[in-house]
Amino acid sequence: MNACLQTIADYGLRSIGIGERLLPRTDFTLCQQFTLIGSGMIWNIYFGVLALMAGFFLATLVAVGKSSRSRLTRKPAEWFVFVFRGSPLFIQFFFAYAVFLAMKGSHPALDVLTSAWLGALIVLFLNTSAYAAEIFHGALKSIPKGDLEAADAYGISGWHRFRRITFPTMLRLAWPAYTNEAIFLFHATTLVFFSGFPAWQQRGDALYYASYFADKTFNPFVPYPILAGYFILLTLGVIGLYGLINRRLNRHLPQEARRRLRIRPNLIR
Amino acid sequence: MFGFCSDPSQIDGLTWLACYLTTGKHMAFYGSFGTVLILLAVTAPVAMLFGFGGAAAARSRFLPLSLFGKGYTAIVRGVPDIAFFLFFVIALDQGFEYLRHKVKCPDWDAPIRQGNDFVVCAEAKLPLSTSPQWMHETYGFFLAVLTFAIVFGAFAANVLYGAMRAVPRGQIETAEAYGMTQRQAFWRILVPQMWIFALPGLGNLWMILVKATPLLFLLGVEDIVYWARDLGGTKLARFSDYPHGDWRIWYFLALLVFYLLLTWVSEKALARLTRRLSHGQATAAGEALRKAGA
Repeated sequence: MNACLQTIADYGLRSIGIGERLLPRTDFTLCQQFTLIGSGMIWNIYFGVLALMAGFFLATLVAVGKSSRSRLTRKPAEWFVFVFRGSPLFIQFFFAYAVFLAMKGSHPALDVLTSAWLGALIVLFLNTSAYAAEIFHGALKSIPKGDLEAADAYGISGWHRFRRITFPTMLRLAWPAYTNEAIFLFHATTLVFFSGFPAWQQRGDALYYASYFADKTFNPFVPYPILAGYFILLTLGVIGLYGLINRRLNRHLPQEARRRLRIRPNLIR
Repeated sequence: MFGFCSDPSQIDGLTWLACYLTTGKHMAFYGSFGTVLILLAVTAPVAMLFGFGGAAAARSRFLPLSLFGKGYTAIVRGVPDIAFFLFFVIALDQGFEYLRHKVKCPDWDAPIRQGNDFVVCAEAKLPLSTSPQWMHETYGFFLAVLTFAIVFGAFAANVLYGAMRAVPRGQIETAEAYGMTQRQAFWRILVPQMWIFALPGLGNLWMILVKATPLLFLLGVEDIVYWARDLGGTKLARFSDYPHGDWRIWYFLALLVFYLLLTWVSEKALARLTRRLSHGQATAAGEALRKAGA
């Protein structure tokens, strides 16, 4: 037990560079595997939370652009969504890393782009923006006509109408699908360290450590189920949080009409 | 390839590019696009079979079978797919070798898991260490297909299970009223009608499958990502007839375009398929087709 507490103290924050420097090399204990893989989850949560929060705003912008009548705003938005939804995230990571590497020489301020904490975050941010924009766009198109007509009748228009009528309704309609998007964005964060971005000083995410253990022990039956357990917990957390927001978005509706969250996580993006 | 390519250092411009793009390694690179397409062509039907089996099992009245079906569909939810890819390849490989070991070397007494090693007798190795290189590559590809099929089969099972339940109940009741057995009603009424309900989900799944193919690289198959990294890296004049700087951007750009094209073509094909399957169905789309035809 004490040995395990010691392990947690040594490796609990290993993924962000605090604690023991050398990873365990022989005699792997269950405790070490749990601790290190759990420590890697910090990165998954970091990538997921920041990309989702930043992506929300860009997604709204792109969705509005995509529903706009002007070609000048609609076409770029459509292309943005097509490029990021139509190609594998894995390839996007590789491509972005190559671009960042090429940019590295041109200006010293651009050096940080090649490190995972910023470079991969940018890719994830753009990617989730495109997926969420498509969801929001679908929701924008299914806003009840009557709501908008009522707004017109009350003389609400322009920014005011968007802020008070369109946006809340769009969010309410899109929320179940957006929850799925959030879940599989967290899953997608596991790709980061397998796609070119280096894990500096072996500071990697949960899957990085899980595959480290699987490679060293030739036994996939321990680290991957541990990883799976952590991710199921994370997924449940996301569902809980988004469920609360969903309740709040629907609070004005009668019980029957509320849209239930239907969880159907997707596979790869 | 071309006659004028015999001395690459003497040529430049477009001729150089023509020679560069037709080297043996580039041919292997172009071939690997075929690998991806073969993987898609093989995996999609196998995954459909797995999915159909899983969905039929989940509907079964026999409790263990239905639990198995439901468990199979539930297992890929909530866990990152890539973890499954990394897991199944080792697990399947060890599973096969373990079974062969039990059959071929029954009097082997050393334990199989020795600390951090997985040791089976030489005859049980897959593929045999004496077999030629192409056997190793084919075996790796086979494992990859099986892994993809298991993971995507679970997802397809989910879609098909939903589609089976979406077929209007009245259709089955009518079949029963005509005296069909359960089996007959399943094969003659349910299965032919479920596809239009399954198509949106399956189309989505196909898109995801297309976008999952770069993960072949993680499974150790020499696919397009492998070659793009290999060919794009900086080449020095000492080691290569065609020295160049870091060209990975261009290779990955080519892959990006390839996938965008694949997505675009799939979207068009799926739209046509939806139209075709809606024909004569008791749905809004089918009704619209009927009215347009009349």
